[in-house]
Amino acid sequence: MKSRVREIWTLAEASGDGINPVSYEVLARGVELKAKLDEIAEAKVVAVLLARSLDDDAVRTLVHYGADEVLYVRDERLADFLVQNTASILTDLAGERKPEIFLAAATTYGRTIMPYVSVRLNAGLTADCTVLDIEPESGLLLQTRPAIGGNILATIKTESARPQMATVRPHSTRVLPPDVSRAGLVTQILPDDRHFRSRVKFIRFESTSDDEMPISEARKVVSGGRGIGKAENMALVHELAEALDAGVGASREAVDRGWISYPHQVGLSGKTVTPDLYLALGISGSIQHLAGMQTAEHIVAINSDPDAQIFKVADMGIVGNLFDVVPVLIEKIRRARRADSQECRTA
Amino acid sequence: MHIVVPIKQVPETSEVTMDEESGTMIRAGVESIINPLDLYAIEQAILLKEQFGGSVTLLSMGPKSAIEAIREAIAMGCDRGYLLSDRKFAGADTWATAYVLANAIRRMDCVDLIICGERATDGDTGQVGPGIASFLDLPVLTYVSGLEVDGDAIVVRRLVENGYEVYRAPLPVVVTVVKEIAYPRLPTLRGKQRARGMEIPLWDNALLGLDEQCLGLAGSPTRVKRIFRPKVSREGEMLVVRSEDDLEAAADRVVAYLDEKNLL
Repeated sequence: MKSRVREIWTLAEASGDGINPVSYEVLARGVELKAKLDEIAEAKVVAVLLARSLDDDAVRTLVHYGADEVLYVRDERLADFLVQNTASILTDLAGERKPEIFLAAATTYGRTIMPYVSVRLNAGLTADCTVLDIEPESGLLLQTRPAIGGNILATIKTESARPQMATVRPHSTRVLPPDVSRAGLVTQILPDDRHFRSRVKFIRFESTSDDEMPISEARKVVSGGRGIGKAENMALVHELAEALDAGVGASREAVDRGWISYPHQVGLSGKTVTPDLYLALGISGSIQHLAGMQTAEHIVAINSDPDAQIFKVADMGIVGNLFDVVPVLIEKIRRARRADSQECRTA
Repeated sequence: MHIVVPIKQVPETSEVTMDEESGTMIRAGVESIINPLDLYAIEQAILLKEQFGGSVTLLSMGPKSAIEAIREAIAMGCDRGYLLSDRKFAGADTWATAYVLANAIRRMDCVDLIICGERATDGDTGQVGPGIASFLDLPVLTYVSGLEVDGDAIVVRRLVENGYEVYRAPLPVVVTVVKEIAYPRLPTLRGKQRARGMEIPLWDNALLGLDEQCLGLAGSPTRVKRIFRPKVSREGEMLVVRSEDDLEAAADRVVAYLDEKNLL
């Protein structure tokens, strides 16, 4: 008797007229799991997208980035995120197709819809995973994620409930290079009206108070902490960020003192960021702050206290007065970038 | 307005240590506090009560000691609290926790609004708020940083990755709130006196009569298999700046590092 093909679902998110790139990260995880699961049972990666009408080309990128199949639930009413409607559709779809594994990015969307759906499906859900693996003999999904403010890692299993659901920390996965020759089935599903019973109304979107890059998406973040001293000095943090094309972050102290607004706060009661570069200025590195940035790819710290905890997680640490160091650093960075661009022009 | 605020008592994060051999958390002697992010939910609830009248009911699922968290919240200005405690509830994951809390809320009269903190600082999942909403078949609005009442509805601002989303939701509804929503007040002396004298009913499963297969460790679809310490420390290069020369050298070294890693 032929064994059923196990479906590994990855929830995709739309963004503007296309696909939110975080969807490709989750796909990469799905592809990795499929490879491991293939030793035990045949599996396929299915990207699930609930969105308004998007270009076929945009939707097909999900195949290019690793999906064997795309379930595209298309309806203009899905332009806005209304939890009950989305959950109703996903619950039905999952009940029908019975995926083995169901992944989503741990974005505000993923972290809201997945628990809502996991209750409907009586399924287990693990939040904000950094490592996903397949247990060799059982084929079970091993879900590893930080807890207690990042002080520990926990590996979790869902023994019998299905699907095994998990959200994946954004920016913790290397996206696969897209293969435009890849073939995959894109199925459009027009959802029934009965799924649209939510009485919640989306009113409008407001961008954050400043024009600055939102830090969760930034590839580089320059952050200021208590060592900045006062509000006016934040200008130095902004200047360094600008010199590097980086987003601006802050420790809780800086936000609590009103030097910068809350969306910039990095840490346990703020955002968790995993940029390629995190540059910490005048930040001591409390556990609460480290929880928000310790998995950054490269960490550089400047602090006048040689015993500051931040130096324990820094790849490069400078013990010195940041008001002396940073202006010099900004100048040298500008010079180096100018030199780089001149090189390109003459080449 | 009747507002319910589920809260959790958690260990003080910076004090929790781990027994590396057994892979278990050492909670003995670690101070227990109200989950810091719940303080914002409590504050928002009290502000709404002060503005529109009504009452705030607290709810906490945990060991008997969690009653202290309820008392502290009452001292801030909440009206009453219920402790959901039973050995059968222990070891619950977020599914089984939301199940118990939702069922307890079902027993209460005329609940207009359920406000949860964004997440607990021990589990860090943020799943219980949406889970409760799902069990109760209510809408949920997460990451709420601003909330206004508009008749029998609320208008909220959700803090998402690239800005804010504004929604209008008719009551009853569940919201999870972020720090930006309000600044938590301190308990007053009178509040503490009131809290000390108040009876906080214990609801165990004998009273709630819930399906045991859905409770605690047995009812949890997920299971923690292993706990371990992450290797977070890095062998970083340290530069000490004591002079102008040091400064030049350090800055040059940083630029070289950034260039090398393609971060310029």
